[in-house]
Amino acid sequence: MTSDSLLSARGLVKQFGNFRAVDGIDVSIERGESFGFLGPNGAGKTSTMRMISAVSQPTAGEIRIFGLNPVSHGPEIRARLGVVPQEDTLELELSVMNNLLMFGRYFDIPRKVIRQRATELLEFAQLSDRADDKCDNLSGGMKRRLTIARSLLNQPELLILDEPTTGLDPQARHLLWDRLYRLKRDGVTLIITTHYMDEAEQLCDRLVVMDQGRIVAEGAPRALIEQYSTREVLELRFGAEGQEPYVDRISEYAERVEVLPDRLLLYVHDGDEVLRAVHATGATPESALVRRSSLEDVFLRLTGRTLVD
Amino acid sequence: MRIFPELHFGSRRSLRILERNVVIYRTQWLMLVSGFFEPLFYLLSLGIGLNHLVGSLSAGDRLVTYAMFVAPGMLATSAMNGAVIDALFNTFFKLKVAHTYDAVLATPLDVNDIALGEVWWALVRGSIYATSFLTCMIILGDAGSPWVLLCLPGAILTSFAFASVGLAACTWLRSWQDFDTVALIQLPIFLFSATFFPITLYPGWLQGLVRCSPLYQSAALLRGFSLGQIGPSSAVHIIYLVVMGLIGLVVASHRFRRILTP
Ligand SMILES: Nc1ncnc2c1ncn2[C@@H]1O[C@H](COP(=O)(O)OP(=O)(O)OP(=O)(O)O)[C@@H](O)[C@H]1O
Ligand SMILES: [Mg+2]
Repeated sequence: MTSDSLLSARGLVKQFGNFRAVDGIDVSIERGESFGFLGPNGAGKTSTMRMISAVSQPTAGEIRIFGLNPVSHGPEIRARLGVVPQEDTLELELSVMNNLLMFGRYFDIPRKVIRQRATELLEFAQLSDRADDKCDNLSGGMKRRLTIARSLLNQPELLILDEPTTGLDPQARHLLWDRLYRLKRDGVTLIITTHYMDEAEQLCDRLVVMDQGRIVAEGAPRALIEQYSTREVLELRFGAEGQEPYVDRISEYAERVEVLPDRLLLYVHDGDEVLRAVHATGATPESALVRRSSLEDVFLRLTGRTLVD
Repeated sequence: MRIFPELHFGSRRSLRILERNVVIYRTQWLMLVSGFFEPLFYLLSLGIGLNHLVGSLSAGDRLVTYAMFVAPGMLATSAMNGAVIDALFNTFFKLKVAHTYDAVLATPLDVNDIALGEVWWALVRGSIYATSFLTCMIILGDAGSPWVLLCLPGAILTSFAFASVGLAACTWLRSWQDFDTVALIQLPIFLFSATFFPITLYPGWLQGLVRCSPLYQSAALLRGFSLGQIGPSSAVHIIYLVVMGLIGLVVASHRFRRILTP
């Protein structure tokens, strides 16, 4: 735990009844870093986010945010945080603009300043023309965009985003990425959870993979790929006959094989070379794809779970 | 060990919850207006009808019209109903349906600020209704003394006591069906609190029970003010309502904490 970390947690535990949602994790995040939490459903990401955004109290362990203890200095810490919760928590009765105005008031920002910032943020969220609409009438993705805009109202030093892009269309997603790059350039620290591995690779300087409440790997995306996967991956799909007859025969050519319901993933150094070897055995895959290893492969290896594709 | 852990309770930020509720209710102004007229209608109808039927009755050392007797009781009842209904329905909605407070807790506000803010809101609403009620009461000649002005803080105190307990109670409600249980509790309180006739008319064994009722405490306090009969018993009523409100508030904030930050 370095003392100048923006955020550090040691031995963090969150227990619900007898169930440990977060089971003793250590993280330390530096100022200006963008840090990711990956993990399958139920891994404990949101539980962790809620503790490090000074909302829920850890069952055990210690957190320092801006050098302060969230248990005793919650309000001071939260004043400097921006939070995008996994579930939108908008005031559905209020208009889009009033949602921002009201939220800014919780931070004691003067009305005039809120209005200025809100106007700019609605521009960014592409909701300017919906400013006077009741929030309830927005589409799911628009609500998400408003929630993201809202998190920036208090110009936070640390922005905590729990699956920010879930439900966003590709364009909105890229707009958010752009904004996050700019925030990062301006020195804002980012903490992100996501189920999109391309997003994690794009956005995160460093990330951890969580599974069942524990951290199972930590590092920069490229370093994790190098550590937990091979250079290339050969994906094979077999037709109606199925892949079972070939698994054993093919396995010897790969460092590791993942058998998925609809395809085989062969972890290899040189995909094309292995594909030729596969053909030589007489196997006739319906389709074959050689690609570079990605975070998805790391994720699959560490958690045993695939992602939706 | 600190004996009074809640001695400094909430912060100035709790006023933001009040502000939030005002903003929301601006879109639902009809509700405010109806709350405004309801007691007026009661006052008028009771005054016209029952004054003739019942005639005058003795309260303390003087004879008063029935309307003079019953008006403070109705003020107490309306303060109770207003506070309890808002605390129960609207807070239940914010707490368990709309998850309004989840957003608030991502800001510098704390659980205590939320509970306290909802109480401020109850006080503001309560004072608006009480003011309109008292104005009608005075105009209709149902006030028995200049001390009737004390009924305003008295009614606000009533709102405080019931709103706090209502906030605490709503945390135990699981679904809208549970509101039937609330009605089941509220009805006997309403009927057995000597709001519509003097406590001496209840059988002796029931009088003790009636005295325990918070609505009786409030009605007796307000009746004392309205008729200018202020004495040590007024102090007892006040202490009762203050303690009730404080306990409700502390329990409410503990329950809010358990629910909102599990
Ligand atoms: N308030 C709660 N009470 C009881 N159990 C809870 C509570 N909140 C979370 N859990 C449990 O803790 C575990 C971790 O949940 P959490 O929401 O942190 O997962 P997650 O990693 O964010 O998952 P997802 O990717 O689905 O969002 C889950 O098994 C969940 O059921
Ligand atoms: Mg989650």
